[in-house]
Amino acid sequence: MAENNGYSLWYEFKKGLWQDIPPFRLVLGTCPTLAVTNSVINGFAMGMATLFVLLGSNIIISAIRKYVAPQVRIAAYVVIIALLVTVADMFLAAFFPPVSKALGPYVPLIVVNCIILGRAEAYAQKNPVVPSIMDALGIGIGFTMSLMVMGFIREILGFGSLFNIKLIPPSLFEPWIVMILPAGAFLVFGTLIAVVNYISSRKSAASDKA
Amino acid sequence: MKLIMIFISASLINNFVLTYFLGICPFVGVSNKTENALNMGLATTFVMTLTAAVTWPVYTYILVKYNVAFLQYVAFIILIAALVQLVEMYIRKSSPALYRALGIYLPLITTNCAVLGLALFMVLRSYSYIESIIFGFATGVGFTLAILMMSGIREELEFADIPKPFQGISITLIVAGMMALAFMGFAGLIRG
Repeated sequence: MAENNGYSLWYEFKKGLWQDIPPFRLVLGTCPTLAVTNSVINGFAMGMATLFVLLGSNIIISAIRKYVAPQVRIAAYVVIIALLVTVADMFLAAFFPPVSKALGPYVPLIVVNCIILGRAEAYAQKNPVVPSIMDALGIGIGFTMSLMVMGFIREILGFGSLFNIKLIPPSLFEPWIVMILPAGAFLVFGTLIAVVNYISSRKSAASDKA
Repeated sequence: MKLIMIFISASLINNFVLTYFLGICPFVGVSNKTENALNMGLATTFVMTLTAAVTWPVYTYILVKYNVAFLQYVAFIILIAALVQLVEMYIRKSSPALYRALGIYLPLITTNCAVLGLALFMVLRSYSYIESIIFGFATGVGFTLAILMMSGIREELEFADIPKPFQGISITLIVAGMMALAFMGFAGLIRG
């Protein structure tokens, strides 16, 4: 990761946006990716909540990394993450009740979102605070973007609308109900992974030739 | 009657994997061989039933009673982690054969979002104690069913000629989508 590319904060940020983009490349955090992406707004809200928790957990864990005994580290991380999620959940419930209602139990389920524990294990516990912040921002924004792309596809095909605004009149386009159902989530996600695979195999083929 | 409804609903109609997207990680990760999938399913069912049996009293008699229900996420995740650890230790001592079959799957269950999801749904729907246990068991059965079917399909897929970008996780998710479509057919089982 960072070690062989020199020490560049920009790289730490950038890698989350394409190279390690969470749901498509690392296939982590699949539950929220599938569950809340029936509209762009829900995807965005979920992405932001995850970004907040990820940022908080990366900062705290990298700050205390020298004081936590390795045997109990996972337990310690999980407690930190669960507390941050409680904060995020209460914040959403207090200031954005409709969003909190739409996301339902998927906000508390951020606790077991593997992205967060994964970043804590793979990055924050080995690196200082500032690069950990960049790592969290990159991965968090990459995750939010992925959720919004999923939400975009499903909302426009399933409701014919974007950001809850009807764009296509039903007389021109019959919405595909399946897209907002669970089955549609699996189909869109599987297809998007294939697209990402295809683009990156084209890219690496091109760089092999050069 | 209500118990039967909860069982059918949690295992078939509202299958955790295929309608709530919980437990996708093991569903994708451990479904490449039927034997592994079955073991994973059994271990998960066991832990889920236990989780329901333990988290319900803790929530009702400790968290609600002392007015600290906002700590439920922290409490649940610690309980689940501790439970999984205990189960692992107990099985290792009591039955080495079972431990060899289930051992490596047990730690994975801690991060299986379906287990935490189960505890959350249990509270959200305010089930009674017996109902919670049935719900936990049924959810486990539903998970086992889904992962077992998936592993069967994936063993066949090994011999299929799949376009390169679709290989691996991509095709697995698309198959899961078709399974979710098929499971929608169960929705007519319970009326009103």
